[in-house]
Amino acid sequence: MWRFLLPIGILVIIVGFFARGLTLNPGYVPSPLIGKPAPQYELPRLKDLSASVGSESYAGQVALVNVWATWCIECRHEHPFLIELSRSGGVPIYGLNWNDDRDTALAWLDTLGDPYVASAFDPTGEVAIDWGVYAAPETFLIGRDGTVLYKHISPMTPEVWAREFLPRIEAECGELPCSPLPDER
Amino acid sequence: MIPELGQVALILALSLALVQATLPIAGAALQRADWMALARPTAIGQFVFVGLAFGVLATAFLGDDFSVLYVAMHSNSALPSLYKFTAVWGGHEGSLLLWLMILATWTMLVAVASRSLPEELAARVLGVLGIVSVGLLLFTLLTSNPFERLFPAAFDGNDLNPLLQDPAMAIHPPILYTGYVGFAVPFAFAVAALLSSRLNKDWARWTRPWAISAWMFLTVGIALGSWWAYYELGWGGWWFWDPVENASFMPWLAGTALLHSLAVTERRGIFKSWTILLAIMAFSLSLLGTFLTRSGVLISVHSFASDPARGLFILALISTISGGALVLYALRAGRMGAEGGFRLVSRESFLLLNNILLVVAVAAVLFGTLYPLFLDALDLGKISVGPPYFNTVFLIPTLPLVLFMGAGMHATWKSMSGETLARKLVIPAGVAVLLGVLVPWIIFRGASVLTMVGVSLGFWVIGAALLEPVQRMLASNHAATVLSRAQWGMTLAHLGVGIFILGATITSSYNIETDRSVRPGDRWEVGGYEFVFRGTRDFDGVNYSAVEGEFEVRRNGSLVTIMTPEKRIYRVQRSPMTEAAIDAGWSRDLFVALGEPLGDGAWSVRVQVKPLIRFIWLGALIMAFGGLLAATDPRYRRRKVAHEARVGAGASPESV
Amino acid sequence: MTPRRQRMLLIGLVIAGVGVSAGLALRAFQENLLFFFSPSQVVAGEAPDNRTFRLGGMVVEESLQREPGSLTLNFVITDYVNSLPVRYTGVLPDLFGEGQGVVVRGRLVSDGGFLAEEVLAKHDENYMSPEVADALARAAEAGAK
Repeated sequence: MWRFLLPIGILVIIVGFFARGLTLNPGYVPSPLIGKPAPQYELPRLKDLSASVGSESYAGQVALVNVWATWCIECRHEHPFLIELSRSGGVPIYGLNWNDDRDTALAWLDTLGDPYVASAFDPTGEVAIDWGVYAAPETFLIGRDGTVLYKHISPMTPEVWAREFLPRIEAECGELPCSPLPDER
Repeated sequence: MIPELGQVALILALSLALVQATLPIAGAALQRADWMALARPTAIGQFVFVGLAFGVLATAFLGDDFSVLYVAMHSNSALPSLYKFTAVWGGHEGSLLLWLMILATWTMLVAVASRSLPEELAARVLGVLGIVSVGLLLFTLLTSNPFERLFPAAFDGNDLNPLLQDPAMAIHPPILYTGYVGFAVPFAFAVAALLSSRLNKDWARWTRPWAISAWMFLTVGIALGSWWAYYELGWGGWWFWDPVENASFMPWLAGTALLHSLAVTERRGIFKSWTILLAIMAFSLSLLGTFLTRSGVLISVHSFASDPARGLFILALISTISGGALVLYALRAGRMGAEGGFRLVSRESFLLLNNILLVVAVAAVLFGTLYPLFLDALDLGKISVGPPYFNTVFLIPTLPLVLFMGAGMHATWKSMSGETLARKLVIPAGVAVLLGVLVPWIIFRGASVLTMVGVSLGFWVIGAALLEPVQRMLASNHAATVLSRAQWGMTLAHLGVGIFILGATITSSYNIETDRSVRPGDRWEVGGYEFVFRGTRDFDGVNYSAVEGEFEVRRNGSLVTIMTPEKRIYRVQRSPMTEAAIDAGWSRDLFVALGEPLGDGAWSVRVQVKPLIRFIWLGALIMAFGGLLAATDPRYRRRKVAHEARVGAGASPESV
Repeated sequence: MTPRRQRMLLIGLVIAGVGVSAGLALRAFQENLLFFFSPSQVVAGEAPDNRTFRLGGMVVEESLQREPGSLTLNFVITDYVNSLPVRYTGVLPDLFGEGQGVVVRGRLVSDGGFLAEEVLAKHDENYMSPEVADALARAAEAGAK
């Protein structure tokens, strides 16, 4: 009798490991930055290269940093929702335009709308590397003290926003919109 | 045609599949003929609607409908039409739809052929197929909808991965999937048998052609994949023990064992639990393979974009389908019937060994493929298991397997005198060993022990496979009828294995790979061939720009061929691709690939001489053809078994 | 020999065969496990110096140097905190380039550099392997302390 139980036993073990393995999906390496201070940076603005934007721009506020590029179709997919967020989400969105061509990127924002307070232009990806970015789109939730509260890989959707971002924002601020920290610098 | 139609079609297919999955099986248990009768029409209806959905997606691709997200991700207006069509399965969602399409087709074929099956069995088989369909349809509709829209529509698409813009890529997935998915049919038969707690020789006779057909397609699919990797991935390798390759190889190994086990069950009514277990295993490994490639759990060359939600769904699917079947197996297999007797030296004995050794091979490959995942699950680090492990470990059960294969073909059922068997085989064995030593030494002037063993085994299998047919043909006037079609099938299939072994051994042992830097005008020698580099020229293709190198190849002074490898840059994705130049021949392949420019007109190039590499795929094709013959043996199309009549009419006493 | 003895002998042989095979298999396994390390981990001494392993990171811009007239290349792999010089002889895969992520397989050599036997290419939509990205992020975080 026992030999007939062997196959199902083996399946249970394998499935068990898989289930565990999926929660540690190697394609989604959990960001080692979560809970740590977000990397400091300052880059030219996509729309006006003579001006700059960076971590100082949102210091003291809760902010979203969204990594995007025109060659990334999934970014196009999340774009309408980002526009909506920029109007009613209560949290400013800063863009990080990664490994992209400036003219194409500007045309993109022109046609599709610009949800960003400002987009940083990072054609060589050096800042993206500091942030541990390896695929677009990625969205980071930054706390008022500059800590990385959460990182989401793949397009932002209303479900992800409600399930992962809102609770953390509310834990940080108690309510929206978040009031900025007093300037202690 | 609006894409939403496709989604609607899938939903309709799902509703039909839900009926197909439930009422017929319940009807079989409750003896309700009206419920059982629902099986066939719902199966055919499902086929129609899935086909419609597939057609809608194909139309969206061919019509450049970039308002569909999936089309925008995998196509481009400059893509040649053939590739616009094959791009349908170029990504995750579309390849799932292909899976569904193929499952629906197999189901439909079973439905049509089921008229000659007892009503209860047909109802249960179609019911189980319906359950699988429901699972896959839910998966597609809930997590991987290919008809999702992109608002606003893209101006143009992201283009198809250049690796996939290739004729072999056009047919590799459909053929592979036909094999993969086809094992659902023997699986369904096995579960049906467990549900009815009855399994007899008739059941085996009905199941066998389906198993052989699926196996045949899988053989061709794997061979195509290997061949495609060989000339497309630019490095001259033909098997990498890549997790995705392993994912298709494991069902093949289990399927091979299944075929042989079915032979025993059909002939002698024994090995029932083995056969059922193997049928469940083969399809479960197919599902597992789907999980490995779709969930992103193991990252490799083929993986599509990863998404944990999808992975969990497939895991649930496997747990339900395979788990359910295995629970049934645990509960009912013991009741299947006594194992009949056979002596130590008998065909059954060899086939039992065959089963065991193939299962060991599956376990070895499975372990090596899954181990990195297990370590990761336990947080013990990120590792990978390299080809040398697989090469070593795979040979451990397969060397004895091949040895026994040659002998097993000649063993009689129930019992045989060891002496008789030995006497029959001593000449082929001796010849094989002789050739195994002489051929490598004479042609290649040197051989390792493993090489000689491999070549001997190759000739051993070939000799053993041809021994009986040749003897009979010499003794008869009508060469073609000395064996039944099924026996010819077996002969060819085993012959194919022998040819494959020869090719694999020789090419692995005597393959010459060189990398060098060359300037225009340079000449050098590799493996007895003289190569001259003539230089490069630039040109533009439809959706890429390229640099083409020209190489003149001579042997003993006379021109053999001119080879023109390319280095392409595909414009949309801006990715470089190496297109190797291959001069194919039965005795050897010449392989030249451009590396990169080294400045001053110099280039790094890879030049390889690969003896007998074509035998690998030739062997596989012959195997598959053997399978085709075996599957179409007329006895599968008769309603009643006229077993005694055939034997009486002078057919061979050792039918397969 | 009686049938019973025949069977015992057979079983004994089978067990012996299985034992030997399992031993061989395990050995093949241990020898062929490839671990992954970042440059920082290598510099910290965590990587073995007598075994093949995989090394990943970014190819430092302008570090690619070809030895004239040969297929031997020298370049530097970094995680932006530590770097390691790598030497490779052979043809490079299509997706290799300065400023791109790369994974190489090879071993450490006595002069502290890395001798690569194989340069691995990834043909998927992501620009770099997650292992490399993770290694970079960890190093950056460790370096920021």
